[in-house]
Amino acid sequence: MEQEMVLKNENSLSSSLKQMLLKLTPSIKKDGIIKSLKNTGITLLSILMFIGLWQMGSKALYNKEADYRIEKALTERGEEAAAAERACIESGDSSCQPNTLPSPSQVWASLQSLIADHNLIGAKKNAFAKKMAATNEKMIAEGKDPIVYTGRASFVDIVLTSIKTVFAGFLLAMFIAVPIGIIIGLSPSLRSAFNWFIQIFKPVSPVVWYLLVFMIVKTLYIGDSSDNAFVISFISVGLCAMWATLVNTAMGVASVDKDYINVAKVLKLGTFQKVFKVILPSSLPLIFTGLRITLSVAWMVLIAIELLAQSQGLGLFVWEEFQNGANDSNSKIIVAMFVIGIIGFLLDRLMLAVQNMVSFNKNEMA
Amino acid sequence: MAYLELNNIYKTYGEGENSTEVLSNINLTMEEGEFVAIVGFTGSGKTTLVNLINGLLQPTSGEVLFKGVPVTDTSHERGVIFQNYSLLPWLTVGQNIYMAVKEAFPKESKKVLMERVKEYVGMVNLSPAINKRPKELSGGMRQRVAVARALAMNPEMIIMDEPLGALDALTRGNLQDEILNIWSQDKRTALLITNDVDEGIYMADRIIPLKPGPNATLGPEFKINIERPRDKTAMNDNPEYKKTRNAIIEYLMDIGDERKTVSDVEYKLPELTPKSFVA
Ligand SMILES: Nc1ncnc2c1ncn2[C@@H]1O[C@H](COP(=O)(O)OP(=O)(O)OP(=O)(O)O)[C@@H](O)[C@H]1O
Ligand SMILES: [Mg+2]
Repeated sequence: MEQEMVLKNENSLSSSLKQMLLKLTPSIKKDGIIKSLKNTGITLLSILMFIGLWQMGSKALYNKEADYRIEKALTERGEEAAAAERACIESGDSSCQPNTLPSPSQVWASLQSLIADHNLIGAKKNAFAKKMAATNEKMIAEGKDPIVYTGRASFVDIVLTSIKTVFAGFLLAMFIAVPIGIIIGLSPSLRSAFNWFIQIFKPVSPVVWYLLVFMIVKTLYIGDSSDNAFVISFISVGLCAMWATLVNTAMGVASVDKDYINVAKVLKLGTFQKVFKVILPSSLPLIFTGLRITLSVAWMVLIAIELLAQSQGLGLFVWEEFQNGANDSNSKIIVAMFVIGIIGFLLDRLMLAVQNMVSFNKNEMA
Repeated sequence: MAYLELNNIYKTYGEGENSTEVLSNINLTMEEGEFVAIVGFTGSGKTTLVNLINGLLQPTSGEVLFKGVPVTDTSHERGVIFQNYSLLPWLTVGQNIYMAVKEAFPKESKKVLMERVKEYVGMVNLSPAINKRPKELSGGMRQRVAVARALAMNPEMIIMDEPLGALDALTRGNLQDEILNIWSQDKRTALLITNDVDEGIYMADRIIPLKPGPNATLGPEFKINIERPRDKTAMNDNPEYKKTRNAIIEYLMDIGDERKTVSDVEYKLPELTPKSFVA
């Protein structure tokens, strides 16, 4: 009897728990929760394994370079020098550290120091702004430009510059590629006229786009001392990345389901209505697929283009750290690598969400 | 002058060697206010015929005359219920129908048009689904939206391409009555494509079979001499009904058999010698 009671209680408990969970997550069933827990577990495990392998790899590379240095000291300068070298390396002194793949902990430390650096610069900026507040007010009143802080950019500023550049390039690509794509999608003759153009320019490398844009923008800005690196980078990024959107838009517009065109004909929609009420909505999913590719290409080529254009973004940061060769340069490069990867992932997720919002299930449709 | 006239219509798809003549020598005359049903086997060219009449397709030779004028384009005078519903998936049920009535009555105010949309959505019993998108609806519900869209445009002639195929018997019966209602008000003209002989007999003045393709052509017509309004249950005992029904089914079975024998004869095997894979 008691046993039964307990069982019953347990049942009602678990069922009420289940109901609560179902209320909290209406779309996920119990199986779903277990599955997602399992997936998270697998992800965590794989991250741990990745860090472990990385640690082992960097350790091996470190040892290889350290051994080589000691060996070299031994053959070139004798036993005493070798012992000194070994002692120096073991002491962790920065002057004689092997310069190789940094370990996870070094990278973590670099991230911390970059953040600390950002806070420091932020404090400096605030102090500067406070100091200049009165002067600037006067200057604005006199109609002059206020004095702004022109010190070194922090890592966060650099990341923000990159994001700004990529969005400017993305918007440019969108405003060029979508309208042109619609126009050539609507007309088969324009499509064949444009085809060679697209085929030739699509595979051109970002470096060449940069050079082309540089030639043009440099002349346009002639005699103007303002910094045009940002303009050059975002235009190059846009030109590089717009092709996927152009091709997808044209394809989406050209391949609208015949049934929808028939509806437009039977309802006798005007050209404007037909384009905006039937053709565009039906090609939106493909247009957004194109935009998603464009954004990811834009982010990928951005690094190379910023480097060439000397624009204060992640590309230049990575390059300068590499040139710099300071003790923590390598780990800063790895930090930048992760930041680039994570931002790229987030941008893609953002586009995927937008894409899902505008897409309708064509197959289920009739 | 007949209301609708099809004279020696031929329709060929494709060109050169790949061309197939789907319709051959189609002749049909319809008077104003008539209700004609065409029954035919699947793939025989019924949709092709419908599209020739509504103006989406042009015949390869022959002419389609609507009120004496050759049909070269679609027109609001001829409303179409498509076989595959053809609803726009990004619009809700209401929006799909609104788009149509707005084109059909460009001068009306938004309020009047919305009333009209609601009226027709209600007529097909979809009021609760007016804000749903087509993908949230069952096949039968979609078909009802397509019916409402075409009827809401108030066309003079209603062209229906198997409009009730995906519906259960009850809804089907209701919609048949609704269509008949709308048709008999102001004496509209209706052309119904169907694969259901009973539906044809219940609704139409004449039934014309379309012989199986390729080179499908219209068979002899069967007049339905049953007084309107017709009563489904009473009709079953009507000797006229039984006679017509048997005649049509017999005819269809005969051409069905013919098709089988013809196709047996038609297949000529190409002369092929097997290629040896051993060199
Ligand atoms: N656009 C097209 N191009 C080439 N062939 C076509 C085209 N449309 C239809 N056909 C062919 O014409 C024939 C008749 O097609 P149609 O759609 O008119 O038949 P149907 O009687 O409406 O068939 P169902 O009962 O399945 O609706 C078929 O053999 C089909 O393959
Ligand atoms: Mg058909």
